[in-house]
Formats: sequence, structure tokens, C-alpha cells
Amino acid sequence: MPRTPATGTSHVNVGSAERVLSTAAGAVLAYAGIKSKSKVGGAALAALGATLVFRGASGYCPMNDVFGRDSAHEQPEPIEIKETFTIYRPIEQVYGFWRRLENLPRFMEHLESVRQLDERRSHWQGRIPGGLGTIDWEAEITTDEPNRLLAYRSLPGSQIDQSGEVRFREAEGGKGTELQAIMHYRAPAGSLGQGVAKLLNPALAELVRSDMRRFKMLLEAGEIPTVAGQSSGRGHDKI
Amino acid sequence: MKALCWVGTNKLSVERIPDPKILNPHDAIVRVRLSSVCGSDLHLLDGYVPTMQEGDVIGHEFMGEVVEVGPALKRMKRGDRVVVGSVISCGGCWFCDHGHFSLCDNGNAHAAIAEKALGYPGAGIFGYSQAFGGYSGSHAEYIRVPFAETGSFIIPEGVPDESAVFCSDAFPTGFMAADMCGIEPGDIVAVWGAGGVGQMAMHSAYLLGASRVIAIDRFPERLAMARKYARAEVLNYEEVDVLEALKEMTGGRGPDRCIDAVGMEAHTPGMEHYYDLVKQQLKIETDRPAVLRQAIMACRKGGTLSIVGVYGGFIDKFPMGAAMNKGLTFRMGQMHAQKYIPRLLEYVQGGSVDPSYLLTHRWPLERGPEGYDMFKHKTNDCMRVVFEP
Repeated sequence: MPRTPATGTSHVNVGSAERVLSTAAGAVLAYAGIKSKSKVGGAALAALGATLVFRGASGYCPMNDVFGRDSAHEQPEPIEIKETFTIYRPIEQVYGFWRRLENLPRFMEHLESVRQLDERRSHWQGRIPGGLGTIDWEAEITTDEPNRLLAYRSLPGSQIDQSGEVRFREAEGGKGTELQAIMHYRAPAGSLGQGVAKLLNPALAELVRSDMRRFKMLLEAGEIPTVAGQSSGRGHDKI
Repeated sequence: MKALCWVGTNKLSVERIPDPKILNPHDAIVRVRLSSVCGSDLHLLDGYVPTMQEGDVIGHEFMGEVVEVGPALKRMKRGDRVVVGSVISCGGCWFCDHGHFSLCDNGNAHAAIAEKALGYPGAGIFGYSQAFGGYSGSHAEYIRVPFAETGSFIIPEGVPDESAVFCSDAFPTGFMAADMCGIEPGDIVAVWGAGGVGQMAMHSAYLLGASRVIAIDRFPERLAMARKYARAEVLNYEEVDVLEALKEMTGGRGPDRCIDAVGMEAHTPGMEHYYDLVKQQLKIETDRPAVLRQAIMACRKGGTLSIVGVYGGFIDKFPMGAAMNKGLTFRMGQMHAQKYIPRLLEYVQGGSVDPSYLLTHRWPLERGPEGYDMFKHKTNDCMRVVFEP
């Protein structure tokens, strides 16, 4: 039997973002219901609105209870990004370059620096896109199987909740080393923050892909091709 | 420096812009001595190549003198007289290592754009849109050459600038067209398009063992050049039915190998041309594949179609049934300059081919817009305008 408390406070099962939305939507519906010209429809709208307002204000939703749903204590689902490239270099070289974490800022565009603190732990500093400053966090290597797998995660209490694993595999036919990166990000701001992060997901995937392409270029070509800084006949360049 | 810039569809202008600088360790700066127009530039001019930006410096077929070398270059030095391939390839990826330089994984600075359009990105090309890397082209006094030791070749003694410049693009493209044919002794090779690339394909077909070469075009002066310099039999498609004529000239078998050196802006007499032109203008198809259709029908059973004319997007009314049931082989691609240039310079030095006859007009860069206009409309018997910046 579901317990029905007098007030919702002792039994919160609606998450904070959802509570705000619920209260706002409820208020709008209730207002629309009261102002409605249709008696039956108006009364129904007003009742639904009032229920939503209660749900929002109290943090308790009887429906959530019936369905066993609890949006207040849910861990947001991590966002997964998976990208694969083949690098025409021996597996030892590809693994070795990546394992030396200090190398990462050479091809990860938004990484300012990585400092190895000890065998497992490292200090990372990233640039927030758009010149909005830097962000620091610490990470530890959780698995290190040379020429096969490198896994790491940000340490608890970091501003960034991230983990990643990089897999190395010899490609068939002497084509080099297959490199697969799987990154997990968890958005900081609960379920609303997660919604925003989901929106950003394609951009993030693009970023990871671009970084890996730069890694490939650096190892195969010895540089990252660019046209930045090249002159053209566009307005600002003309003499 | 002076540079010839694309400013919009059918609009070019000569601008003064800052000299190029070394941006990457494998860069060199080359003072351009000769820079040729190319038929593929006309696709840029006519607005059929997306991702062109106002102010892009065009031009990709050139030779010159090295004036500055990047810190990672080992062999190259100031004063080297070089011809530079038009495709930009890294020299270190699997494709480069296997001679497929135009398929290079790393030569394109805008690989992500090309990846969206093609599935997988290919090499960069000088002065040929943002999708091909956004690199500034060679119609300028100076040019930055990325991966300079992979793409530049010292011109041997005795090879004049006028011959060397066409080893940058027209000759390797024509040579690759013939190479992809897989020519066997006794083969008859038909070449559609008697422009610079087509002419070089005709020479190359003979170099690789063809018995006879047939040139197809509509400009009498170009056909005359094909006959005179490239020893080709000629067909004017405005005067004869090409399929009938080819059948007759090959004992009813059809040419063994067919080369398309025309590409996406082909012309044909009659309704077919207007059908394609209307669809192209309405953006229902991007390319006009008249030569492809004709070559498929003309080719002998079991023969090879080699395509070096540039295509950019989509075609329709493609006679796949004929291609399949006749068992044709299709080979195609942007050319692998770095693979062929050393061999071609030897041919030129040895005297077996001299591409300098392609140069019909040697003009200063200031006359760039006028030069392209003449080249596009093929007035004044123009084969190639070559600028001397």
C-alpha cells in the first residue's frame, strides 16, 4: 500500500527541476481553467492545474508513487561519446604517445595542460570554450594495460565528472593501430542540466572527433594542417 | 603581393594582400614563376563548387622558386626551382605510403567539411574551395606550400619553366587517366575532351602502349593540336554521330579504353544538353554527365572507363544497365601528383613529351579576369593562359 502523507515534505519523490516546472505549468492551467467559458472543461483544467501546483509545491506525486518513479534521487544518466580512428603507426607508438598525458594538450584543443602527479593521478586544466576562463580537475588512471587499454576518471569532488577509456588494437593488413575513445560525461546540474548537456552532445562528439583527428595528424604527418593565419582577398586582409 | 581572387560566381579580381608566411614546420614559401589556368577552375567560376568564399585566392597548377623553408624540412633549400603538385598530401598516412596521394588522410585542413560531403575526406587542393582545405592558390606572387618536401620536385636541368609548369597538374592528371585504363598492346583509346588534360592523356596513352588514340571535342583548333602534337585521330562531336563514328573506326568493336577528361559541365548537341542544363540550374542534378553516358555506350564490351574530369555531386540518367551488361570497369579519381611527377619530368627531360605547346597565352597576373574569360569562352584559340605574377 502506498503511504499517503498529509503533506509532501516527508516524502519527496519529484526532482527540483521538475517541481519548478510542475508548479509553473499547474498555475497556468489552473488560471486557464478558472477563466474558461466551458464549465465542465474549465473545472477539469482547474483541477489538473491545482494537482500540478500541489505536486510542485510539496514535492510529492501520487502517480510517481504508484509507478515507483522517483525523479528526486535519480542519478543523471552519463552521456556517452564514442569515436574511432585508425592511425598508421605502430601500436607501441600510439599507446606511448597517449599514455604520456602531458602530450594530450598538443592535440586536445580545449585542454590547457596536464600534469602527472604520480603513477596514477594527474592534474588537468581545461579552457572553457568562448574564452570564459579555465577549469581544473584531478583524474586518476583506473586501468592501464599497455598497448591495449587506458581508462581514467575524474576524482570525486572535481568540477568535472568525466571518465574515459581509450582502446588500442592492431588494424588488419598492416594499416596501423585502431584507436577507439569512449568518453562519459555527467552533467553537474541535475536533470535540467542534463537536458542542456544532451543538447550539447553533438557538439561534444564533434569536439572529441576533431581532437582525435588532430592526434592522427600529429602522429602521421608530424603537424596539424591549418590555414589559420593565411592571407586572403577578404575585406580585412586587403591592402 | 598581388593575388587573383574569387569574389563570386563569374567574378574574379586582382587584389593586394599580405605575403604568405610559414605557418607549419613542413611549409615552404615559393615565389611563383608560372601559374596556369585549369579547366577545373571553370567549375569554381561557374559556381558549381560549393564552399568557395569571397576573397579565396585561386590557381593550383604552378612552378616557381623556393624562397623560405620551414624548420622541419631537411632537403629543400632556398633557390630550388620546383614544380609543385596541385594536391596537398601529408606523405605519412597509409594512403600516401601506398601512392594514393589524392586520398591522403591528413592533407585537408578542413577535413570535417569534406567528411560530411564525401563520407571520408581526401587530400587538400590549392585554391579549390574551403571543402578542399581552404588553402590559398597559386595565382599570386608567392604561395605557402604545406608538406613542401612531399609535394615539390626539383625541375631537372634543361626542362624549361613552360614545360615544367604542366607537370604540376595537367600532365599527371592525363597520365593517371591513361594509367588507370590498364592499356594492353593493340588497344584503341578514346579521349573525350582535347583540353590540357585530354592532350596529356593522349600522349600518355601512347607512352603506355596504345596503338591508336582518338580525340573527341568540338573546337577545331583543339582537335588540330591533338592531331599535330598528340598524334590523335579526331572527331568533332558537333559534326558527326560520335557513337557511329567510333564504331566505324574500331571495326565495329568500340574503343577498348575510354577516358573522360571533361567532367561535370559537358556539352552535347541537341536536347540532352538542355535537359541536363535545366536540371543543373534547378539544382535537381549538380553535374551534367553527357560524356559519361556516351563513353559507357561507346566502350567495347569488357573495356575500361577512366574518369579524371571532375564531378562534384549527383548525376542522373546514368546508363547503369549498359555498364553492367557490357562488363565495363570504372576507374576514377583526383590525380596522385606526387606519385607521377618524377617519372613525368624524366619523360620531358628525355624529350618524349613536351607539354609546353599547351601554353598559348603568357600573361601578367593583372590580366587574370580577362584571361579566365578568354579561357572559358575559348576565344583566340586559347588552350591555356599561364600567368607570370
